[in-house]
Amino acid sequence: MARDTYTEFANTGFGRALTKNLGLPQPAKLRRHRPGRPLIEGPVVVLGSSEAASALADRLLSWGLDVRRHVGPKEKVAGVVACFDSASSPAALSSTVLEIGMLLKQLKPSGRVITVSRDPLGTADPAVRAARSAVQGLTRSTAHEMRAGGTANGIVLAEELDPSAPGVAGALRFLLSGRSAFVSGQFISVDSVNGALPGNWDRPLQGQVAVVTGAARGIGAAIARVLHRDGAALILVDIPAAGEQLAGVANEVSGTALQLDITAPEAGERILAHAKQHHGRLDIVVHNAGITRDKLLANMDESRWNSVIAVNIESQLRMNRAFLASELFNADARGAMGPRIISLASTSGIAGNRGQTNYAASKAGVMGMVSATAAQLAARHGTINAVAPGFIETEMTAKIPFATREVARRLNSLNQGGLPVDVAETIAFLASPQAGGTSGLTLRVCGQNLVGA
Amino acid sequence: MSAQNIRDAVIIGGNRIPFARAHTAYATAGNQDMLTSTLNGLVARFGLQGEQIGTVAAGAVMKHSKNFNLTRESVLGTPLDPKTPAFDVQMACATGMEAIGSMANKIKLGQIDSAIAGGVDSISDAPIVVTDELRGILMEANRAKSVSQRLKALAKIRPGHLAPQAPGVNEPRTGMSMGEHMAITAHAWGITREEQDELALASHKNLAGAYDRGFFDDLITPFKGVSRDTNMRADSTMEKLGKLSPAFGRDLGSEATMTAANSTALTDGASAVLLGSEEWADQHDLPKLANFIDYEEGAVDFVDGAEGLLMAPAYAAARMLKRNNLSFSDFEYLEIHEAFASTVLAQIKAWESEEFCKNKLGLDSALGTIDRSRLNVNGSSLAAGHPFAATGGRIVAALAKALHGKPGKLGFISVCAAGGQGITAIIEGR
Repeated sequence: MARDTYTEFANTGFGRALTKNLGLPQPAKLRRHRPGRPLIEGPVVVLGSSEAASALADRLLSWGLDVRRHVGPKEKVAGVVACFDSASSPAALSSTVLEIGMLLKQLKPSGRVITVSRDPLGTADPAVRAARSAVQGLTRSTAHEMRAGGTANGIVLAEELDPSAPGVAGALRFLLSGRSAFVSGQFISVDSVNGALPGNWDRPLQGQVAVVTGAARGIGAAIARVLHRDGAALILVDIPAAGEQLAGVANEVSGTALQLDITAPEAGERILAHAKQHHGRLDIVVHNAGITRDKLLANMDESRWNSVIAVNIESQLRMNRAFLASELFNADARGAMGPRIISLASTSGIAGNRGQTNYAASKAGVMGMVSATAAQLAARHGTINAVAPGFIETEMTAKIPFATREVARRLNSLNQGGLPVDVAETIAFLASPQAGGTSGLTLRVCGQNLVGA
Repeated sequence: MSAQNIRDAVIIGGNRIPFARAHTAYATAGNQDMLTSTLNGLVARFGLQGEQIGTVAAGAVMKHSKNFNLTRESVLGTPLDPKTPAFDVQMACATGMEAIGSMANKIKLGQIDSAIAGGVDSISDAPIVVTDELRGILMEANRAKSVSQRLKALAKIRPGHLAPQAPGVNEPRTGMSMGEHMAITAHAWGITREEQDELALASHKNLAGAYDRGFFDDLITPFKGVSRDTNMRADSTMEKLGKLSPAFGRDLGSEATMTAANSTALTDGASAVLLGSEEWADQHDLPKLANFIDYEEGAVDFVDGAEGLLMAPAYAAARMLKRNNLSFSDFEYLEIHEAFASTVLAQIKAWESEEFCKNKLGLDSALGTIDRSRLNVNGSSLAAGHPFAATGGRIVAALAKALHGKPGKLGFISVCAAGGQGITAIIEGR
């Protein structure tokens, strides 16, 4: 992984002064989750007078947080939860929006702004839909204006959804926490009352069995570590040639190593057989394995195109068919948390990227697959979602030429690249019981990357 | 102990690192690194982190004195519970088989519930020692009580004492290499060059085919960037093999048949097999590939030429088959370690020979023929290579996997060893 020496410098006393005077980007050290540490330190202000505002204030109080409706003009605040779920027209947003504005200057480093609104498509009323859409524009722009590692994100509730549904609480807690350090300008939609709050928030995956593909290094290894930390038992998959590193990761997280080429026709069945033998169940699938074979389309050859499509999307489609045909992957039938699938997409799949027609096609394909598979998972009270990383500091991005890499890692609202653990935290959230109300979504972990925003 | 108390010893699975030709990929690795990595791969495959195993037994043929506790030190380098006991075994090329067989016996007797057995060998990191003369002088200096005594002792050192001594691979009692011994046996049994080259070719083809089928996906963990046995030549042909000059038995002139291709190359590598009782495997949600049924050690008098150096398995097999009331036709697969192609062929010819079986084995008739389509079906040492102590673990794990899903089907193993020794074994699929 490449060192981000600029961010290190900018966080020294001299560096902070110099970058400020020169008007250079000031990447902050982000607040990241550590088990046992407080969810968020400092007051959380709940704005708005809607049904969601009172439900969420109650929820925050139940977590022992310092919940306020108002704070003094000098007081530092850790987070702002602004509820717009009852907004009937854009004009009705005004007072709450201006309250957010006043609080922005009082936000502590790595502060949080979270807007809560209803799904614009849930209404045909032009004024109501305009108001709901306006909240999204407001949230994205606020995210651009956040400083010192702060983020702004939104929770979007389905039309009739009770704001005290576990999925809403799960999304709220994730966005307040250090788990969402590199998530900004994004929306988590909560569509159903499915899901449950964990008994222990530091071990939400206790008792669950997860398989992670491409787990030998980089983001895959980080996913394994975070799922293990959150309590899951792990099956780690990678190609046989990566077996030595895979064994190292497996031994670190007390998992089992399964050397397997995921493009093999029977890959899904082999994962199921392994899960059946060692655990008798399979609850969580993380499709992380992926490759890049970059080439301009004019120079693209069959092998580069086909291998990327085969590894990054066709294998996932084939494995999902096997998983969904299996009773092993039907925790709902045992009265447990419904099954979870999380796929790795990419911001390249959203915005496109020069030299990556194959990769972007495969990753956009992943997003299509996820939205179309949600109904099948819903039938067993499960979910399927995608996570689209932006610029993440990995061995792969360390190979990008220095100047390009330096530009790429600054082109987002947090002025820095994300870490593999940031992607892993979002995946762990989507795998958790408290994320049961969210399905078919592609959630970006990109620090609100300017490319493809 | 009564027979009723004997329980099954189950082969749960195995792991090895790819075998690499000596002085290549693993030149700087050494036995400790290779065995530790192999055990780490096994632990990862079966999720044994923190597990206390009954006993770990392994060994190396070529071993530094500093590695006196090689296996225990390797165990301490893994995530296994450090309370796992371990010891070193040494029976030349049969080291791995002896380790596995003896651990299976402990499980059968109920002394332990689980075991790991295997072996490792490095030709590239072989111990080089000083001459006996220099060692004597150094020990004398060490015993000296005064500086003058010490200087007096050290003054005896002569330039000739300083030449390093590479470990001998020749038989100590005959001074002949194993290849030269085998050449005599091969000639005596009239084994042709063509037969040997065919066996070598089949070994490479079978090994390459097994890799291509993904057969080794759960038997091998890569090491130092190597993911397949480096000795394997999938594109070998009879024509290519036919062009090689004889490497052993050159005093036989035009009748010399043994080449570098139909003899195993010197190789570095390591292997390990996980064994357990049925209950232990079930409690740990582990697969049960096969049962380790029986094994037999044998030795022959080769020193005065009464028998070939590598013919001990021919004798051990006869006793083992009789004890188990089996014949060769009862076996689904047969694994005969390819020390040399001619080793395999000489054993087969001996078992097919009424004269040999009557006179040497004391049987009424020939022991039987070997169905070649069942022999070394996933490749053997000519293709994979033969890191001496690691061969037993390679064979047992692969044969157990081949027999898995074929309950009751039997597998036969024969491994010859230096010193005129050898081991044969039977495993049963489940």
